Amino acid sequence: MPVGREIRPSPAARNRPLRERSQLWALFLFAATAQVAPAQQAPPAPSTQQSRFVVVLDAAHGGDDPGGLLLSGQPEKAFNLALNARLKSLLNARGFQVVGTRDNDVAVEPNRRAEIANRASAHACLILHASESGSGIHLFASQLAPAQPTRFTAWKAAQSAFVTRSLTLAGALNGALLHAGMTVTLGRTSLPALDSMTCPAVAVEIAPERDADQKTTAALDDPEYQARVAGALAAALVQWRAESWNSGARQP
Amino acid sequence: MEFGGSPAVIPLYQKILFVLLLVASLAMGVVLWQLRERAHQRLIAGQASAPTEAPLVEPDQLATLLIASDKDNSLLTQVHSLPLPPDPGARSRAVLGKLFDLYAAPDAAHAVPGGAASVTQVFLLPAEPLPAATPTQPIRHLPATPDSDTIRIKVPDSLPPALQAGPPLLAVVNLTSGFAASHPSGIQTETLTILSICATLHANLPRVTQVRFLVDGLERPTLAGHADLTRTYLAGDAAPAESPQP
Repeated sequence: MPVGREIRPSPAARNRPLRERSQLWALFLFAATAQVAPAQQAPPAPSTQQSRFVVVLDAAHGGDDPGGLLLSGQPEKAFNLALNARLKSLLNARGFQVVGTRDNDVAVEPNRRAEIANRASAHACLILHASESGSGIHLFASQLAPAQPTRFTAWKAAQSAFVTRSLTLAGALNGALLHAGMTVTLGRTSLPALDSMTCPAVAVEIAPERDADQKTTAALDDPEYQARVAGALAAALVQWRAESWNSGARQP
Repeated sequence: MEFGGSPAVIPLYQKILFVLLLVASLAMGVVLWQLRERAHQRLIAGQASAPTEAPLVEPDQLATLLIASDKDNSLLTQVHSLPLPPDPGARSRAVLGKLFDLYAAPDAAHAVPGGAASVTQVFLLPAEPLPAATPTQPIRHLPATPDSDTIRIKVPDSLPPALQAGPPLLAVVNLTSGFAASHPSGIQTETLTILSICATLHANLPRVTQVRFLVDGLERPTLAGHADLTRTYLAGDAAPAESPQP
């Protein structure tokens, strides 16, 4: 016990009778308890299961599906993969277990992406997209209506049991992105992979940052802009993890 | 050879040939005269069938369009006057054609090339109840503003009774592959296009409660790589709550 080694009985105490030494140990235990008590008022330390907080990152498109073409000439699939790598390193550094649907330029079917997310029993799923239309960050939750979880769920409506949590996750992402000084647009949509995921899931579409006159202030190929986005998303997931541990993990 | 003898005689066969040629010439002249008369009659008849009046055009009616805006991810209600046929399918196609013409304009807030020709047909079928997990209200709507690009010519005509009451309808919108290929790629822009179509259909044909999409008559996974085109959308949820502004 490390604490026991720090408070050692003095040689004088060693020479005292056993009764006095018992009193000293009792005093030590009392002091140790008094030191621990304030720590018990804080949230409980994560258990072994809680420490495995899984986040699925789905870099959209890939392979023969390039997605949209960005102004820089880069296909959307490459931008998504680069942001995926940047965000993954940030999350790994913060103790998350990150599961990716693809780590290189390969085509992955939407159903396969949802299968990967569902098998991971993820606490959060982010689908990464990019577009030249619009401004700032677009956050989309599934357009499905919230529903109670059932034993058998339609594949294309599996997300319905998690829509409420997905909206809460979108709110956490929104708060972190706004805190980072970005423009955020919230919406609902129907995406093939998103609607089949059984986890709190949000599609994140990154668009160039524009001012009131629609003039671009931060382009998609701006590394500083990408770093800001990834940092804000990582901060949001840290907050999401804390909230999830307090509220009871990933139940819909 | 005799001189001053009997006069020369025209052979009989030459006389007969002369008479036949004369009769044939007269007959041909008569036939030509008749052909000329017939051609003249046809010419007169053709002039009589030429259009002298403008074709019948359906009267202008007010149509409510839900115009998407990429700037704020919203749908803006506008009222336009355009000729609308009484047939519900043709009426739906005309309304969507106007919507797509606005999107193809150079200064459109939601730029999508293609125009009215992007909608091939709109089929209206009896709607069936959806099993579960129906889409919900995704986008906020902005009402028409006095300074919006709104054309108001006359008071809105009431919809024909057949278009107001009756069982709910499923609208199947058949788009062209050129429209899908030229549509900008992105979740927001594709979602706005779909929602504006659904809301516009419901605003002008309240019986349309569900919408499905085809591209060149076939089912397509996504519009331009993002928005799902394989599911049935609920038109009523995407429509604005407020009534059209007069």
